[in-house]
Amino acid sequence: MSGLGSEDRKRKSQWEEQAEEDNHPINTPRQTKRSRWDQTPQNSSSQTPQSTPSVRKQSRWDQTPTAPSATPSAQSKSRWDETPVDTSGTKKSRWDETPIGSTTTLGGATPVGTSGMMTPTAAQLAQTNPELYNQLKIEQDLDYRNRPLTDEDLDNMLPSDGYEIMEVPASYIPKRTQHVPSSTPLPGGETPYAMPEDRPMDAYGVQTIQPGPDMPELKPEDMKYFGGLLEEKDENVMTDEEKKERKIMTLLLKIKNGTPPMRKLALRYITLHARDLGAEPLFKQILPLLMAPTLEDQERHLLVKVIDRILYKLDDLVRPFVRNILMVIEPLLIEEDYFARVEGREIISNLAKAAGLPTMIATMRPNIDNHDDFVRNTTARAFAVVASALGIPSLLPFLKAVCQSKKSWQARHTGIKIVQQIAVLMGCAILPHLRQLVEIVEQGLKDSEIKVKTMTALAIAALAEASAPYGIESFDTVLRPLWDGLKKHGGKSLAAFLKAIGFIIPLMDPIHASHYTKTIMDVVIRQFSSPDEEMKKIVLKVVKQCVSAEGIEPNFVLTKILQPFFASFWIRRMALERRNYKQLVETTIEIGVKVGTTPVLDRLVPLIKDESEPFRRMVIEATAGVINKLGSASIDHRQEELLMDGLLYAFTEQVLDDSPIILNSIQIILNALGTRCKPYLAQIAGIISVRLNNKMAKVRQHAADLINRVAAVMNLCGEESKMGHLGLILYEYLGEEYPEVLGSILGALKGIVTVIGMDKMTPPIKDLLPRLTPILKNRHEKVQENCIELVGRIADRGSSHVPGKEWMRICFELLDLLKAHRKSIRRAAINTFGYIANAIGPSDVLATLLNNLKVQERQNRVCTTVAIAIVADTCSPFTVLPALMNEYRVPELNVQNGVLKSMSFLFEYIGEMGKDYIYAVTPLLEDALMDRDLVHRQTACTVVKHMALGVYGMNCEDALVHLLNYVWPNVFETSPHVINAVMEAIEGLRVALGPCIMMMYVLQGLYHPSRRVRNVYWKIYNILYIGNQDALTPVYPVLPNDPDNNYHRGELFYCL
Amino acid sequence: MSDRFNLNTQVEHLQNKYVGTGHADITKYEWAINQHRDSYASYIGHSSLLSLFAVAENEPIARVRYNCLEKMLRPCGTPPKKEEGM
Repeated sequence: MSGLGSEDRKRKSQWEEQAEEDNHPINTPRQTKRSRWDQTPQNSSSQTPQSTPSVRKQSRWDQTPTAPSATPSAQSKSRWDETPVDTSGTKKSRWDETPIGSTTTLGGATPVGTSGMMTPTAAQLAQTNPELYNQLKIEQDLDYRNRPLTDEDLDNMLPSDGYEIMEVPASYIPKRTQHVPSSTPLPGGETPYAMPEDRPMDAYGVQTIQPGPDMPELKPEDMKYFGGLLEEKDENVMTDEEKKERKIMTLLLKIKNGTPPMRKLALRYITLHARDLGAEPLFKQILPLLMAPTLEDQERHLLVKVIDRILYKLDDLVRPFVRNILMVIEPLLIEEDYFARVEGREIISNLAKAAGLPTMIATMRPNIDNHDDFVRNTTARAFAVVASALGIPSLLPFLKAVCQSKKSWQARHTGIKIVQQIAVLMGCAILPHLRQLVEIVEQGLKDSEIKVKTMTALAIAALAEASAPYGIESFDTVLRPLWDGLKKHGGKSLAAFLKAIGFIIPLMDPIHASHYTKTIMDVVIRQFSSPDEEMKKIVLKVVKQCVSAEGIEPNFVLTKILQPFFASFWIRRMALERRNYKQLVETTIEIGVKVGTTPVLDRLVPLIKDESEPFRRMVIEATAGVINKLGSASIDHRQEELLMDGLLYAFTEQVLDDSPIILNSIQIILNALGTRCKPYLAQIAGIISVRLNNKMAKVRQHAADLINRVAAVMNLCGEESKMGHLGLILYEYLGEEYPEVLGSILGALKGIVTVIGMDKMTPPIKDLLPRLTPILKNRHEKVQENCIELVGRIADRGSSHVPGKEWMRICFELLDLLKAHRKSIRRAAINTFGYIANAIGPSDVLATLLNNLKVQERQNRVCTTVAIAIVADTCSPFTVLPALMNEYRVPELNVQNGVLKSMSFLFEYIGEMGKDYIYAVTPLLEDALMDRDLVHRQTACTVVKHMALGVYGMNCEDALVHLLNYVWPNVFETSPHVINAVMEAIEGLRVALGPCIMMMYVLQGLYHPSRRVRNVYWKIYNILYIGNQDALTPVYPVLPNDPDNNYHRGELFYCL
Repeated sequence: MSDRFNLNTQVEHLQNKYVGTGHADITKYEWAINQHRDSYASYIGHSSLLSLFAVAENEPIARVRYNCLEKMLRPCGTPPKKEEGM
């Protein structure tokens, strides 16, 4: 704990100082709760005359338990004073703790009296997450509201005239219930309390909470870090250091809390000036922020981004701070949140690249044999990240040395763990180094320390898992020791050894795999009944691996494994935990694949009617999985009856959850059974129609969902009349209020329409569609999505059933859907435009769409342009282009750009059909490419690109060269999107025109006197070169010879 | 800005991975070498060109190919002195 501990101590004390100096504002709303725990920056001027300075000074650390009671106070009613006095002896322990070691969380309402826990330690802080923090906020707010009223409060509330303060009767003994405050005050003494209106801000000495005119708001919990910004200071008086510090603080605040543009600017500034601002001041502020317990995911992400950027810039300047950065970042590697881990990895990998391997090793080396398990764990993970950033080979010598370390077993343990983590992190990328890695860890199997042995086995398991299905030869040397280990060990290490062997077996060739499986199976089966959760998971995994390996005979599985497997794993308890559940289902499916459906289903089907719902779900999922893999051919009549019976039971009894597993499984099983379902369909339809009428929304929703799933099978079984009937019922329920249910009902209708077709649909389409039009207005996403898909389907297949007027009405409704957040809705809406245009002719639809180009909202316009292009694609371009080009004459930027954009999509969609239209649109493009507006030129370039790629080889070179002449002057644009579009246009033209013509353009500027020109031209040259290296050889210029050099390339001049 | 920065540097990075691409400060000599090597590689790749050269030079095809390969080493003679640089 050498490094980490001391560092932490420093951090903590800083934090403490800060809290004490900080005279800041919002700290605590409970003035009445004056006690030593408050020690805080409370503004004593407010309402508490008796809190003498001497009291305030008393830091909680000097620990005279009597101190608070020494201040005689009228406010002794505060329940804080009732808290039993803490014994000071144990107080110290907090400092000796490794911060991370302690596991108490803040939320756990630290009971008063538990010594040493009154203020959250840094460890606790580290474990606080924003949700917890908010919860705290609420609880403390409630605490404040429920506090005992003081005399002062009463004075404020009640008028002074006509009231008299009575003496407390002598007989009155207050009932003192021990009120346990919901939590300890928050770090730094500030309570996360938003300003209450009834107490003026001045009471806290705060003028504003917004540090400046163009600054983002400060959240109360930010005060600790950004409080400095609130102090009015004269820039001239400050030293350079202070100015820098303030600047950084401003930037960080903008990045953390600001609006996106603000953030962008600040981020850019901090990146560009990272070296000027200096590594130390930067990290001094960023790192504590990153450690803040109240940091939200988004804010953490932003700060990580800052570090990322400045790391690149600072490069070797970060070296002195590697230790500090690592200390903050390493804990991220074992965070529960996936994204936190990824970001941690990203920073460490960038850090490794910036600081270099020697620094990284030197910094992390001491932690390798740290006696704290946690430190070693994070260090191992950090090393694995370094290995993935700098390449495994560079780390191999170091790993070798560590794994053979004689000094302590901890070092060996960590070394082996690094190898394991490398395997986990890098997957199959370890293959080239597999042999070395195995060699590095292998003597760990003979280690005297049991933990090292276990870790070695786990590392080998990870290596084998990562390298599957290759690399068995690298494991030859460890097979024997692993084998011996199986016999010697028990408990956790046995689990590790089993895991290793379980992962190696799939790599073996069939004969060996079979042999080894047979030998270890006895051990594995014995462990079936192990009570250890971890062992259970490993055993399941091993069974899965072994069973799926080639060379294991089904008979062996059938006789040896099946019986004990079902007996010990198919129990209700397994369904409770997600990972067990998944593993069990996978393993069962794997066994099913090996031994066939019947033996597995024989055991599973009777379990379907179990009373525990999670268990039923697990059984059904496994059943469906097996049937999905193997089909239903070997299910006999009796089993089929049982299965259907069980399925319907499970469906009707489903109450708990929203997970679609049961519905999916029913769908899979019914589809597999195919026409064999026919006898059961009547029953299913009956159940559905009854349940559609149920009082509970969930039940109705499930019923509607089921229709969607079984529609295909019903059609297969020739039950059209039943579906028609169901369709009518659904039609009646279109007035449903619950959007979730309505969405499902629409989905069910869609399912029915899809399989029985537009003509046979009941209710007839002409009745159905008018009912759908108003539903399109519904704002719920599920409803929108299902509705638009249903409408789209009708427009596609059965547009003739509905008058054109109705379609136009729908068109208008659709425009609104282009605003939808979900992409699938927008896409469905756009496609529907295409179908409708196809049905009623493009002109009306087009007019609507072109009008929509005038709207302000960008997303809406973009979707409209796509829709126009799709209409053009479905109804041939000549029906659309004239109107579109006419629209370009509207002198309005948005419209013109919209037109260009639709043309870009249009030419992309129509591809080589574009050759017929290229001459028609050339004048328009000429105009656009010469426009002053950048976006015009950019979009026109995109059009040219798509056009050029579409007409490649179609004899349109004349028009394309003409357009190239207009594109070319734009090569010097600097705006990123524009230059990108221009380069793409040039590349498109390169394909269509060939590199030789392009080369003639490029040659003009390759040796231009201006570097800026040369840069651009060489970039284009490189594009040509990479695309058409060979074709360039005949067009290279003829270079005159020098006295020294012969530049002549004569071969191509040969003439016979 | 950083995005554009990234995008462009990515493209340029990609280009720089290929031998034979150029940049604003490339000398005539360097560029010419690339041209020559590319040309010879191209000739060798197109057997019909090789046959043409063989007839023209009155040499066997294998010899022409060999010559091409040989010429790839210093195709334009010794590199010019640094300070001359063009």
